[in-house]
Amino acid sequence: MAEERVIGIDLGTTNSLVAFMYNERPIVIPGEDGLNLVPSVVALDVQTDPTARPTVVVGNGAHKSLMLFPDRAVYSVKRLMGRGAEDVQDELKLFPFRLADNIQSGEVLRIRLGEMEFTPPEISAYILRQLKRNAERYFGGTVTKAVITVPAYFNDAQRQATKDAGRMAGLDVLRLVNEPTAAALAYGLDREKEGIIAVYDLGGGTFDISILKLQDGIFEVIATNGDTHLGGDDIDNLLIALAIDDIRGDLGVDVRSSAEAIQAIRKAVIEAKIELSSADSSRLEVELPEGHHYCREITRVQLEALIKPVLERTIGPVRQALRDSGLTSEQIGEVVLVGGSTRIPAVRHVVDNLFQLAARGKKPHTELNPDEVVALGAAVQANILAGGSKATEDMLLLDVTPLSLGIEALGGVVAKIIDRNSTIPASSTEHFTTGVDGQTNVAIHVLQGERELAKDCRSLARFDLKGIPPMSAGLPRIEVRFLIDANGILHVSAREQRSGKQAEVEVKPTYGLTDEQVETMILESFDYAEEDFHVRQVIEARNEADTILAAVEKAPQHPAWQQLSAEERTEIARLDRELLGIKQGDNLPAIRQATEALDKATRRFAELMMDQAVSSAIQGETMESASTKLGQGPTAPHEIAPAEFK
Amino acid sequence: MPTAEEKFVDVACWSCAAPVVHAQLFCASCGKVQPAHSGADYFEVFGLSRKLAIDTTSLEREFYRLSRRLHPDVYTRASEQEQNWSLRNASLLNDAYRTLKEPIARTEYFLRLEGVEIQEEGKQASDRKNPSRVPDDLLEEVFELNMQLEEMRMTRKTGDDDPDLRQDLLTAKQQFEAQLAETDNFIQQLWQERDEALASNFDFGDQIKQRMVAALDRRRYIRNLVRDVNETLDT
Repeated sequence: MAEERVIGIDLGTTNSLVAFMYNERPIVIPGEDGLNLVPSVVALDVQTDPTARPTVVVGNGAHKSLMLFPDRAVYSVKRLMGRGAEDVQDELKLFPFRLADNIQSGEVLRIRLGEMEFTPPEISAYILRQLKRNAERYFGGTVTKAVITVPAYFNDAQRQATKDAGRMAGLDVLRLVNEPTAAALAYGLDREKEGIIAVYDLGGGTFDISILKLQDGIFEVIATNGDTHLGGDDIDNLLIALAIDDIRGDLGVDVRSSAEAIQAIRKAVIEAKIELSSADSSRLEVELPEGHHYCREITRVQLEALIKPVLERTIGPVRQALRDSGLTSEQIGEVVLVGGSTRIPAVRHVVDNLFQLAARGKKPHTELNPDEVVALGAAVQANILAGGSKATEDMLLLDVTPLSLGIEALGGVVAKIIDRNSTIPASSTEHFTTGVDGQTNVAIHVLQGERELAKDCRSLARFDLKGIPPMSAGLPRIEVRFLIDANGILHVSAREQRSGKQAEVEVKPTYGLTDEQVETMILESFDYAEEDFHVRQVIEARNEADTILAAVEKAPQHPAWQQLSAEERTEIARLDRELLGIKQGDNLPAIRQATEALDKATRRFAELMMDQAVSSAIQGETMESASTKLGQGPTAPHEIAPAEFK
Repeated sequence: MPTAEEKFVDVACWSCAAPVVHAQLFCASCGKVQPAHSGADYFEVFGLSRKLAIDTTSLEREFYRLSRRLHPDVYTRASEQEQNWSLRNASLLNDAYRTLKEPIARTEYFLRLEGVEIQEEGKQASDRKNPSRVPDDLLEEVFELNMQLEEMRMTRKTGDDDPDLRQDLLTAKQQFEAQLAETDNFIQQLWQERDEALASNFDFGDQIKQRMVAALDRRRYIRNLVRDVNETLDT
């Protein structure tokens, strides 16, 4: 048994899962509803009290909001992770993301949800927190460490955003693991596999292809490629577009601006799509607002013709990965299918053609549930990082960086410093100098991508090397070390060699959050505040209940008690017993209600006592002693009207 | 004369105080990761002498063995200091393996270690804008190829294709690919010469290095031609 619990999380575009190694086997931990898949949907609860902070709902619960209150729910947020306003324009046309109005260029996106705004990492953090809670309920203890999977083709910014989300959810992210590699780990656990395998991973929103060499428990990724914006979502969008056209043509209704209608259509097309993986035809049926009804047959043949262009987009990355690995498709021994979209027969057909599987008498591996295999692999890696067990003791994953790292050189061209498919951690040391006498700053622009011009690559960060000792131009020799860690995330350090002075590196991540920003978004601290507040309210309510209970206990000793009717006394006794029971629990409204009921029942007694106190005052007692007596009666929490002197 | 190992016994393991051989990334005695040696070269990382002919199968085996000791996965629960050393050492190991397993990268790295100025493969962004000088014996073929490439580009710009010209270009490409393989063989032959010269303490190393530089230039030039053909034909 590993020393500490490390969970494995698949943070998917459509669904997310949490898994753990239990008795040498990875298992998926179900949610409270008993289901393994937590839909990656986050919604704000509709508030009856406008002053209260809205509650965030995740998963199946949020699904309902998506249908009823589409402007209070968000799905497929993974598509926005680590991206800027200018690179999600296509996304915005197809997904009902509502962005905040005033997002500056290079700034992190903010999504509007009801009356609030969230960054994509915050939305993801809510999903992660839900998974963390599911695990904590399962274990009956806290969980703070996790391995989270990311698409292999995720760039630095997307990875950093995922790591930030983990931190916001109160998780120490020990490792980001590439999804196809995780799947290979899950499969590799079963058999003593040696040889070359390819993992074809077509999920809800991303596509990855990885080619690995398995030998003596070492999982060495040779090449990876992909498209972080290609998946089942794209197929859904084609079907939705088809339905919208139909509805306009047949019913003369334009539903494009109705978020409710789009969500209803989306739900229906997903069901039809799934059905068409096993049936030859399916009925697409949607109830639209204003009593309209849309219904049509769709055949598998029609679906396949429609989605062909989407599936063909996976061919280029597969060919590139093969070229990069220096292998031909015939040299691939096994192919593993991952991601819900690989259930589509047309996808399997594409895979078969790419690797000539049938021709070689082979079949792709689908033994493990394609929706769960990534999470299971994450659990395997989590177990390795937690110290390993018998099942994993010889396993080691050697992954690669999917994209080349470069620096912008003169004329806007990119000088590559770490090639794609380099095993990580990987590093490169570059030397820079000044162009002007006495220059103390050098600006460096780091990019990721395969294109030759900086403007066509992904800007990762701009660094300012500061504090260079003033020297003649060209004399300083600044050594900059670029290091991609095992998570695929870049680190930079710099040193001026002539003076030996550590140059300061100021990182301005493009579309990234600073550490300070992440700190302010940590959900857990907010959570505790929320929880603390609740606990404090319960304590206060109990105190109130205790005060009135104590007063009722003493009440029979007071002469006023005798003035009450037998029914009144029985009722007080009944409510007293009731409150005694309820105040043991945490149910705040119930405690308050029972307190109020007892308070109400004793109000006449309080008034009688008050009258007697006032009359004693007139009989010569001092106000002081009268108030002492008052203090003995059930005063608080009664509001006592100012005594009237006759 | 001291052996290579004796010469480099210069530090003690931070953990068990056993002597740690220069460039060794973890202690042979207690197995703990060691502070990174910035001076270690890629050959030393693998405990190899600076020879160019390398058995890549045993290189891979050694890479796996060292990875099991150094990879950050193994240090998740170690001190932050050890985690940092593991990160540095594992990246050094990976960089070393990546360079040494590829014949061309290995040759270029060797030449740089030996202080020879070379144009590095792929690193120069200006590479394709500023190709190296045409090797003399290729002048005529290159001239011919560039004419054909220009013609093909014009044809394709108008959306047409010219099957005859395409065939000519493919034939030319095959010839250049054959020359590429020939150059690779020649480079390996130079490795042998250099490794033997080193063994016999026979000093014509510089002359061999210059021939290596020339062979690399030639290779780079031909490789760019093949790439141009591929790009023009969109293959």
